[in-house]
Order: sequence, then C-alpha cells, then structure tokens
Amino acid sequence: MSRRIILAAVLAVSAGLCGQAIAQEKSIVVSSTTSTTDSGLFNHLLPIFKAKTGIEAKVVSQGTGQALDTGRRGDADVVFVHAKGQEEKFVAEGAGVKRFPVMYNDFVLIGPKSDPARVKGSKDIVGALKAIKGKSAAFISRGDKSGTHSAELNLWKQAGIDIAADKGPWYKEIGQGMGAALNTASASNSYVLSDRATWLHFKNRGELDIVVEGDNKLFNQYGVILVNPEKHKHVKKDLGQAFIDWLISPEGQKAIANYKINGQSLFFPNATAQGV
Amino acid sequence: MSEGANAFDLIFSGEAKLYSIVALSLYVSVCAVALAAFVGFPLGAFLALSRFPGRSVLVVTMNAFMGLPPVVVGLVVFLLLSRSGPLGHWGILFTPRAMIIAQALLVLPIIVALSRQTIEDLWEEYRDELNAMRVGPVRCVVTLLWDGRFSLMTTLLAGFGRASAEVGTVILVGGNIDGFTRTMTTAIALETSKGDLPLAMGLGVVLITIVLAINAMAWGVRRVGELRAG
Amino acid sequence: MHAGMSDLPIHIDQASVRAGDVTILDGVSLAIAPGKPTILVGPNGSGKSTLIRLCMGLIEASSGRITWGGRNNQGERCAMVFQRPVMLRRTAAANIDFVLASGSRSARDERIAQLLKQVGLERLRDRPARRLSGGEQQRLALARALALNPDVLFLDEPTASLDPAATKAVEDIIRSTSDAGIKIVMATHDLGQARRLAGDIAFLVRGKLTEYSTSEAFFTSPATPQAAAFLRGDLVL
Repeated sequence: MSRRIILAAVLAVSAGLCGQAIAQEKSIVVSSTTSTTDSGLFNHLLPIFKAKTGIEAKVVSQGTGQALDTGRRGDADVVFVHAKGQEEKFVAEGAGVKRFPVMYNDFVLIGPKSDPARVKGSKDIVGALKAIKGKSAAFISRGDKSGTHSAELNLWKQAGIDIAADKGPWYKEIGQGMGAALNTASASNSYVLSDRATWLHFKNRGELDIVVEGDNKLFNQYGVILVNPEKHKHVKKDLGQAFIDWLISPEGQKAIANYKINGQSLFFPNATAQGV
Repeated sequence: MSEGANAFDLIFSGEAKLYSIVALSLYVSVCAVALAAFVGFPLGAFLALSRFPGRSVLVVTMNAFMGLPPVVVGLVVFLLLSRSGPLGHWGILFTPRAMIIAQALLVLPIIVALSRQTIEDLWEEYRDELNAMRVGPVRCVVTLLWDGRFSLMTTLLAGFGRASAEVGTVILVGGNIDGFTRTMTTAIALETSKGDLPLAMGLGVVLITIVLAINAMAWGVRRVGELRAG
Repeated sequence: MHAGMSDLPIHIDQASVRAGDVTILDGVSLAIAPGKPTILVGPNGSGKSTLIRLCMGLIEASSGRITWGGRNNQGERCAMVFQRPVMLRRTAAANIDFVLASGSRSARDERIAQLLKQVGLERLRDRPARRLSGGEQQRLALARALALNPDVLFLDEPTASLDPAATKAVEDIIRSTSDAGIKIVMATHDLGQARRLAGDIAFLVRGKLTEYSTSEAFFTSPATPQAAAFLRGDLVL
C-alpha cells in the first residue's frame, strides 16, 4: 500500500518536472554586470518596465567580460554592461546589433581610514595609484575581466605603471565580483577601485571610506546591446529591443535618475537617441 | 530587501519573496533528488547484483564521483545547455529545469554508490532465500530496494543535503535571476557580495533550519516505519 | 510452476562439489522419492547443507549430475527452510503473500489465513515478521515455504537454534506436512529428532554418503563402523 503512495509521489514529481517550463510568458534574459544588480538598480527599474510593457526581464549578473560572452553564446537576448572598448568589439564582430549608451556613474577609489598611501581627498587618481605603488600599500583588484577591472588596468597604464610586471605581494587579484572585492578590502584594510553605486549599496564597510573621487578619468559609461538575431535565431529581438527602447526613452531615463540611496543618485542617464 | 531588513523580519512579516526563494530551493532540490533516485536506485541495485567486466571500474568511479566538484558539473551542464552547446535548442539555460538537471547529476553518484553498497550487503543476506523462493531477477531488485528502504532513505537525505547546500552549479546554470532562479544558497552568496552579512547569515540560519526540519521529519518517518515493519 | 509435472524423484548421480582444493561432497548418489521423510545426518562439516543446496539448485555440482522428475532444469516445485530464515521487512501475512504467485486478493487472503492457522500463527498475522521470536519465525518460514505448494520441502537444521518447546512445534508441523503427502528432506545433527521423524536415513561423513537405509535399520544395526561410532557419540574426525 505505502509502496503505491511512494510511486505516486515519484510520478507526481516527475510530472511537475516536465510541466514546469511549459508555462511561457513574455520574458527576456538580460546579461548584465554585478554593479547594476548589487547596487539595487534593477530591483528599482524592472517592476516599472514590467508594469509598462508586461515583459519580464530576467537578469543574470556577471562581470562585463563574462556577460558579453554569455551574449556571444546566445544565452541572453540583451547585454547591459560598462566597458566601451569591449562593447564596441562585441558589435564589430557581429555578436551584437548596435550599442546604445544608457547612463553613467563613476568609479571611486576606496581605502582604509588610516590611509597609508596618504592620498585621501585628492582628485588625481593617477597620482593616487602612483602613491599606492610607491608605498606598496595593500590593493585589491577584481582580476575577473569585468568592466571595473578593465577600467582599473587602464588607470594603471595611464599612471605609467605596468602592473602585470610590477605587481608585488601588496597587489592581490581575487578573480571575483565587486561585492567580494569590497568584502576582501574591508577585511584586510586595502585600497580597491569600485563603482560608486555598489559602494553606496555596500553594507560591510568596516574601516573603508572613499579616498579619491571626482577625477574625469573615473567616468564609467554603461551601454546596452541587442544580441544579434542573425547569429542566434531564438533571440527575442522584439522584446529585447522594447527593453532597450524603454531604457533610452525619456521615461526610462527618468526612472534611472530617480534611483537614489540616501538622497544620492547612483546613475546619471545620458542616452543619445540614435545609438552608436 | 532594503536597509535594516533581516531574514527574520522577512519570515515573520511573511514576505512573499523569501517564501518563493525557499519554495524554489526545495522544489529544485527535491526534483533533482527524485530524478537521481529514479535512475540511481535501479542502477545501484543493478551494480550490486550483476557481475560483468568493467564493473569494478564503474563502482570505483561512482564512489569517487560522490565528491564531484559542483563547479565542474555546473560548467559541463552549462556548456551542454548553452545556446551554442549541443543541447542549446532546448532553451533551458538559466531556468529551474537546468538547475534540476545539474543537481541531479551531482546527486546521482551518491545515490548509486550508497544504494549499491546497501543493496549488495542486503543481497548477501537474502540471496539464498530469494533463490530458494525462485524469485526472478527483476523482482529480486524490487524486493531488495523495498526491504532496504530505511537505509535508502538515508541515502536520499545525503543526496538532498548535497543538493540543497550547493551553490556552484545552480549559480552557473541558473544565473541567480531574481524571482526566477534565485535559491537560498545563491541568495546568501548575493547578500554576502552586497556586504549585507547579517542578512546573509540570517538566510543561512533559515536554510539550516529547513534542512534540519526535513531531516527530523525523515527520521520520524523512519522510526514509525521501522516500528511498523520491523 | 508446472502443475502435474512432479519434481520427484530427484536423482543425484555421482555428484561432487569442490571449492578450491577442498572437496565438500564426494561422489554422492542418492534418489529422493515420494514417501516418508528422508533425514540427512552426520557430524558438522559432513556436507549435509551442501547436499540440500545442491538438491535445491542453489549451487551447481562440480561433477556428476542431478535431475528433477527426469528433467535437467532446477526443480520448480522445491521449497526450502533455512536454519536462520530471512524474514522480509514486512508483516507475517505479507511474507506469505510474497510467494503466492497469483489469485485474487480474497483467495490469497484465504490461503494466508489457512497457512498461518496450519503453523499456529493466526494471531500474529499483522505483526512485523522481524519482531517474531525465533520459533515463530521458523514456523512462518515453514508456512511461507508451503505456500509454494512444493512436492518436496528441504529443511536445513530448522530447529538447531530453538528451545525444546519451539522444536516440538516445528516437528509437529513437519509431521503433518509429511502426512499431507509432501516429501520432507531434512538435515539435522539431533539424533533424537532423526529417530522421531525419519523414514530413511542418509548418513554422511566427510562429503561421502556412507550409509543409506531405513531409520529402523540405521538405529538398530548400523552397517558401517563410522555409523556405529556416530550413534555412540564416539565418531572423532
């Protein structure tokens, strides 16, 4: 008797397994960066977008490099990232249709309040990095090919430092997301480059604070790209394009501007209608 | 999950989001274990009762695969299910079904290896009696599985424990999509990366509590069952 | 089951069983025909259990041959009770139901009730089999074996681990089973039991069938010195 009950349970579960994914709804997969998710931006934007269009955007958040790869393989309909050079390459090789700038925020250099490299209050990121290198002050790098990592490598280059060759034990690449990098910096009182949005949303700050901000070199542009439906036939190009169109529309831009933590805006809309 | 919220507020205020995360975690793990058991128990019993060339290789492999690194399983399933992979046309990457498949693969060796051991020990005891009753091979397997049901339940729990505790595969093939493929473990990973350690810890306590409750329930069922069946 | 095709007589012809260098059965020839119980006696290690397993088809002969009712294939209407029978993890009734091949639920229930009554366990019908005492388990094993409707019932030291009262209960069932026309083949080292139950006695020493005769002849005038020594309790190996 109880054998039949178990059999019935097994069958029920198997049936559930098969039936589960049949319910199709209007949805797209967006591969995006950790900063847009960890900062809470998508939690703010997506409900507004869904209310307007009925489209559910499912966000997979990865580093920019990985997010672009996900698009390249056809596992996402839209990519929403921040590394202009990589994005342009993505479009140039035909993986994406067209890149639309959406918004920007900025990077900030985070460091311990004790400030061993004596850079606090400076607006010169290049000088700050030189000072950190000079003092061999502890520095955490994402090391994960993300947009933030690309930006960091670019800044070292501008400081005239070949970080791949010159890094010492003070420079640690952790190969993880922004949050993990901040956690590591917090636990080891190190300097770390972060996007402002993730930093504002980050709770486990410990002794960390912003030490350098406001340099033009710290500008961080986000772009959104539809994955090329000619390469991947299943890409939901209408729904994906609807998402992009909404992001760069006055309404979407306003929604981005309205996302604030403690009265501070995290992202600044700057879409140009025609795209690049 | 705004500032100041913690897992307990989330539970006691009945926040739907936490429930849906817990429900998805249980759904995925239970389905994965059921799927693995459906394949694994007969396979374990087959390995226990049969003798063929290469059997010991298979047995050792299954024993070793009990410790299969979740990330590797995740990566393999990811590459298979990716749109550019051989099973890409299924279109199930970043869905709960992909997570179920990945976890089932992770759990399968545990079910096969442990059930093979259980059934083999039981077969040692039952072989002459069942042969004397002229019971055919298929019925032998069914009988051994049924009479070993209490030990096999522990095997299921071991599988469930591995599935529900694991984060590497589900984050890779599920994508940790809010409200769709976010489980307890991936939510904990996410809150940790947001630096909200108290919330992450709170979710961890919730997860441990659920796993404890399920094990306590299974233990109770086993006790009652053993009293009734001897 | 082949209704109408009896497994009897069982002919064992020059059967030997070897495990590595050890010879367990050595050229045994024996015919098991319908009639009174055949009791296998002999000291420990004489090959009684092996001979029974051979007759049941649980092991194969290393040489020689064995036929059931003139056929070469393993007997279909043989049943066996072991010294320590394995109780399936379910109720007493379900243990019997396990071997009942077919029939409606009510017909099977009726047969179960009848078999349980036959072995005096009708009150323990719904008790988990593994929670029964040793004697009760042995009687349930008998009922379970009888449920197969055998022509021949093999018993391997069925009372070796039982107390006298339980032994008597088991012997009573064996006697009534034999009276009902089912051939009994039983191994025992209890000479009193052999004397109480036997029609014929097969006496084994070191894997050899040393003496085969009626019970009366065996106990009153054993033909071999080993049998005489065994009966005196003097057989030293």
